[in-house]
Amino acid sequence: MRILRPIEVLGTLLKWPIEELGRIILLLSSVIKELFTPPLNIKNTLKQMFEIGVSSLPVVVITAVFTGMVLALQSYTGFKRFGAETLVGSVVALSMTRELGPVLTGLIVAGKAGASMAAELGTMRVTEQIDALETLATNPVKYLIVPRFLSGITMLPSLSVIADIIGIAGGYFVSVYLLGASSAVYMKRTWNYLELEDIYNGLIKSCFFGGAIALISCYKGFYTSGGAEGVGKATTGAVVLSCMTILISDYFLSAWLFK
Amino acid sequence: MIKIIDLNKSFGLNHVLRGVDLTVERGESMVVIGGSGSGKSVLIKHIIGLLRPDAGRVFVDGIDVFQLKEGELNELRRKFGMLFQGAALFDSLSVWENVGFGLMQHKKLSDKEIKEIAVEKLRMVGLVGVEDLMPSELSGGMRKRVGLARAICMEPEILLYDEPTTGLDPIMADAINDLIVDMKDKLNVTSVAITHDMKSAYKIADRIAMLYNGKIIEVGSPDEIRNSGNPIVQQFITGSASGPITIEGVRHEGDFHRA
Repeated sequence: MRILRPIEVLGTLLKWPIEELGRIILLLSSVIKELFTPPLNIKNTLKQMFEIGVSSLPVVVITAVFTGMVLALQSYTGFKRFGAETLVGSVVALSMTRELGPVLTGLIVAGKAGASMAAELGTMRVTEQIDALETLATNPVKYLIVPRFLSGITMLPSLSVIADIIGIAGGYFVSVYLLGASSAVYMKRTWNYLELEDIYNGLIKSCFFGGAIALISCYKGFYTSGGAEGVGKATTGAVVLSCMTILISDYFLSAWLFK
Repeated sequence: MIKIIDLNKSFGLNHVLRGVDLTVERGESMVVIGGSGSGKSVLIKHIIGLLRPDAGRVFVDGIDVFQLKEGELNELRRKFGMLFQGAALFDSLSVWENVGFGLMQHKKLSDKEIKEIAVEKLRMVGLVGVEDLMPSELSGGMRKRVGLARAICMEPEILLYDEPTTGLDPIMADAINDLIVDMKDKLNVTSVAITHDMKSAYKIADRIAMLYNGKIIEVGSPDEIRNSGNPIVQQFITGSASGPITIEGVRHEGDFHRA
């Protein structure tokens, strides 16, 4: 029997994440089912879009402008060594649209909106507000989760577009005003190498991240148990799992989209 | 009206309900008494389908609650109103939106009409001028009243009360008892309340049932319960720490000397 022991340990270790994944997928299937069952709660959806989009906007803007700036600064120093300074514009544009815009916005929204979704739903669970919804013959998945899911998949791409533009502007500012690059050359390099495909593949990624953040955070909040401590755990769990999901799926999505 | 047959429910290793049988007649006010952790809340949550049993059935008007599909269950739930222990008001909605929540979800009425009905229901529970406040601005007693107004807003046939007087001062508790009696007279509803407050039980009950060790051990009118020969019932209603009911983890002083 000692030979089987490692297999037993492996099984116990894998049981929990597989169960969790299963429950998330079940939740996703009921979210999708409710999403296509009218009526849609427009008031709640708009409210959530505002929560996710507007509340994260200042942090997204600040992060994007400094990321664009530091990208320009670092790649200028590197490229100068072999006389390729004029390519800074394309590096900033490609990195922002393909990678940094979607991923950084995703991480910010996971930390801000994801945490607040998990905490809000978790509190509603432990104070029996979710039970109360059910006693009022209201489906909590439809009332609470569908609006958050919809705003996740719409607002994250919107924030990403803003991050792309602001990041490129930050790179432009550093290159042209601080490093003395020519404005015309910088813009030309940006446009020459940037394809429309770069932008919309980036946006497909952020759509996916938005859905994942909303689903994971709602899942963690919805199945909270154990009072205030449980709400705290759910919130931390939501942020950690969302960020991990973003970073890991980013690799696979990039490999698949940018062939 | 409500018929509970051989209800069993476990949480992990904790076998909470071990074959509960209870019948509540139309128009009757049934009070289930029992100690903390005896499974009273679990029992009441089964009646409205918030929890699913491991075994056993619940019939409401002859309909088996656990055989229903989700849509049918929500249809059945419209017959119910439930007052939660902590009132479970939705913190993101104002008082009148809380009270009129069911109407907002299920009836095609304008906000103005819903607010009028909500104000009327709030008046029935003795609250005037609070409709535009948020739940966080209310005291514990007011929250319970708002919860009650929400429960009666859809004119239910059955009202469920989860510890209606817990956490209130004696005067407020008695006022809530009066309201519950009032609801029964005015609205002619069937009701099930769970409590460990004997004063409240005597006041609002037509019949009292005692839940102990996962089973109903005695059912009778308040007078029959008061004069019950069962030592367990006697210990509970007189509120004595010594007797056949032992408190887990607590040793009675006498036991020390004996041991």
